[in-house]
Amino acid sequence: MAVDDNTVRRIAHLARIRVTDEEVPHLRSELNAILDFVAQLDQVDVSGVEPMTSVLPMDLRQREDKVTDGGYADRIVANAPQSEDNYFVVPKVVE
Amino acid sequence: MTDLTRITLAQARDGLKARSFSATELTQAHLDAIEAAKALNAYVLVTPEKALDGAKAADARLAAGEAGPLEGIPLGIKDLFATEGVRTTACSRILENFVPSYESTVTAQLWRDGAVHLGKLNNDEFAMGSSNETSCFGPPVNPWRRTGSDTPLTAGGSSGGSSAAVAAGLALGATATDTGGSIRQPAAFTGTVGVKPTYGRCSRWGTVAFASSLDQAGTITRTVRDSAILLRSMAGFDPKDSTSVDRPVPDYEAAIGRSVKGLKIGIPKEYRLEGLSPEIDALWQRGADWLRDAGAEVVEVSLPHTSYALAAYYIVAPAEASSNLARYDGVRYGRRVPGKDIAELYENTRAEGFGREVKRRILIGTYVLSAGYYDAYYVKAQKIRTLIRRDFENVYAAGVDAILTPATPTPAFPIGQKVTSPIEMYLNDVFTVTVNMAGLPGIAVPAGLGGEGLPLGLQLIGRPFDEETLFALGEAIEQAAGRLDAPQWWG
Repeated sequence: MAVDDNTVRRIAHLARIRVTDEEVPHLRSELNAILDFVAQLDQVDVSGVEPMTSVLPMDLRQREDKVTDGGYADRIVANAPQSEDNYFVVPKVVE
Repeated sequence: MTDLTRITLAQARDGLKARSFSATELTQAHLDAIEAAKALNAYVLVTPEKALDGAKAADARLAAGEAGPLEGIPLGIKDLFATEGVRTTACSRILENFVPSYESTVTAQLWRDGAVHLGKLNNDEFAMGSSNETSCFGPPVNPWRRTGSDTPLTAGGSSGGSSAAVAAGLALGATATDTGGSIRQPAAFTGTVGVKPTYGRCSRWGTVAFASSLDQAGTITRTVRDSAILLRSMAGFDPKDSTSVDRPVPDYEAAIGRSVKGLKIGIPKEYRLEGLSPEIDALWQRGADWLRDAGAEVVEVSLPHTSYALAAYYIVAPAEASSNLARYDGVRYGRRVPGKDIAELYENTRAEGFGREVKRRILIGTYVLSAGYYDAYYVKAQKIRTLIRRDFENVYAAGVDAILTPATPTPAFPIGQKVTSPIEMYLNDVFTVTVNMAGLPGIAVPAGLGGEGLPLGLQLIGRPFDEETLFALGEAIEQAAGRLDAPQWWG
């Protein structure tokens, strides 16, 4: 399953990473090298094997559904590149 | 007075209790050593005021007889652990100005127990790498050099700042994280001890996430005993991490010196790779002999799915990384590069903020999780993970207590040697990655110098939550091999 230039562009857009036209061929060959490397997994018979969903056998804990934290919006936005009145500021999204 | 930066963490603890020196003297000695070792690039941020304040408070508690288990011990912190009010970057441009308003659970427990914070240590960007060369601060330099050569060598990765600092006497111990070998490989490259505990043993809360089902915090120290002391403070249940395990933390130090007589040690035949260097093979053999001499029984075992672990890892880890790193969007924190709309803002920010290796892994991860490929790649890799874990379970069920392997296929290599080939770089993790895939504990212990005069390490892999057996066996190897100290050429 080799990727082509268009697939690289599509994946980069899905990942929200801008790539330039000059970067595409290089990324394509690197991604294909990695995909070739992982293709060895096709040799393994995994029929009847359950995928690992928990690293160690354990049930996911649940907690009571109540507010236990919060009330400090100023700290939440403290690292924002742009904020106003404790809101994050972004370019206009809705026309 | 003896050089306070060359004693062990245990000796420092005992010396502080006996009032042979003060925490302030001990901390100042380390700050001076850090200042003189800038050429090693181990620290990306030094916090002298915080360190001296902490030392002063420790001295007061020591005088009042209220000392915690790590009272006055100066430590370095990998820059992946969020530290309140202290810049935390994961060594990425995208987080270059991030100052957390909270403290990671692991570091909070260290300060609770009296440790002193020297500063933040270099690592590969988002812990993605095996030579610490992906850091936006440039790579740390290994305190070790080849005999008769001044070629700068890698301190390993991703915890290369931690390993370089500990090996060079710039901290009595360091925190580190391990997703595929990022504690054990740098430890092996620098003649230090690295412990990757069982998945769930240390809280992941407040640690910058790479691959959540593989990440685990651990220790790098100069001796096995020091790691036992440090891990006891770092480990423990944390309700804020949903995969943290609720079971008591044993006194790991009590396992040091425990007899290893009668323990059954497995030598996995699949780790005897074609082309394995004779030097590494001889080291492995010697390690088995040492444990046999200490009374352990050494048996050959089989872990048949070993050879698929690395390939499965390079699906699982990037997949989880692509998901975890989606949060870096230029809106809530970190670097922001403007765009004409929000999509372009995201794309510009992430293109400029992430380095090459991180982008490569995000793209691979996005691809294997994308529509039509999820089952073929991600689900398949998780099935192989089940098989890898089953291999270990079978060996342990047959009575094996721990498994002995080399820690790395080679000693430390020159900085710049492997950056052009991702696959070649990935092969560094061939002996360590299975441990993360199965969630098991592992320890890397120095086992002597190779022909080039560089440290080589052995790895022991244990049963889940049986770090104590690893400490007992690791100390037996340490006793037989002797400690390694890098000859000082810097400063």
